[in-house]
Amino acid sequence: MIVADKKPIEEIIETVKAYDRILVLGCNECVTVCEAGGKKEVEVLASALRMHFIQEGSKKTFDEQTLERQCDHEYLEEIRSVIDNYDAVLSLACGVGVQFMAEKYHTTPLIPGVNTCFLGATEKRGLWTERCQACGSCVLAHTAGICPISRCAKRVMNGPCGGSTGGKCEIDKDLDCAWQLIIDRLRDLDRMDDYEIVTPIKDWSTERAGGPRTVAREDVQV
Amino acid sequence: MLRAFEKGADGVFVVGCMEGDCHFKTGNFRARKRVEQVAAILDTVGVGGERVRMYNLSSGEGPLFAQYAIEMDAHIRALGPSPVRTALEAQKTAA
Repeated sequence: MIVADKKPIEEIIETVKAYDRILVLGCNECVTVCEAGGKKEVEVLASALRMHFIQEGSKKTFDEQTLERQCDHEYLEEIRSVIDNYDAVLSLACGVGVQFMAEKYHTTPLIPGVNTCFLGATEKRGLWTERCQACGSCVLAHTAGICPISRCAKRVMNGPCGGSTGGKCEIDKDLDCAWQLIIDRLRDLDRMDDYEIVTPIKDWSTERAGGPRTVAREDVQV
Repeated sequence: MLRAFEKGADGVFVVGCMEGDCHFKTGNFRARKRVEQVAAILDTVGVGGERVRMYNLSSGEGPLFAQYAIEMDAHIRALGPSPVRTALEAQKTAA
């Protein structure tokens, strides 16, 4: 899922200062799971902002709502009837949701309330780690399910570099060497022959470096 | 907890079971984490994190509960009214 982290309240206070009627809009998907932008976080943030601004004698209002997702037309349409009641929307969705909202509600100022960080998983409550960088051409079949693009600092494709020591990466002693993990797993799966296959130079055009990407599925478009 | 402060509470104290004795295993640990979160938010927005506290005791310790309540009352009185309450009252007077 997309992992995001809450923006500091001080930063949000600065960005909402210019507006009076604000809708704090959460998202029920990824940002809920990583406890950054779900219904609970909307309530907490709205409450904190009200308490801050009332002390200044401000009459700002902070309404609260959480949509199922902010990256789908159907869910964003749910607020069409109320959007004009607000001077700005403070969206706690990931960067996708904030942008999709901005495209849909062209004349409403949008403020992000979280920093979108990476594609990752919940290792345990309160700990999310990166797993995928959406390179667009997945090699996990050949690397025992461990990704050398997202988990290797150098993104090498054919085994560990010279900096791999004791199973750790040279950039950080607490960071596992991805290729050590791959080899260990290939060995456990009795597939060390896969390690002998030389992977050709990766086609990076499907990665972000090739420019903003699109997936078009004509087989499902009506 | 935040809702109470938003409505003008000068202080909030949370009481949980003795650590290790929670019927729900980790309920009191989670509550303590939330109290710490609220204290941090209250510091950021200028209300003051010292206005929220958590105490641990067993449900059989009535006199100890009373003692904590007296302690919290004295602590909050020393801090004075919450700035949110002061602002709410000012708003009401101005209206």
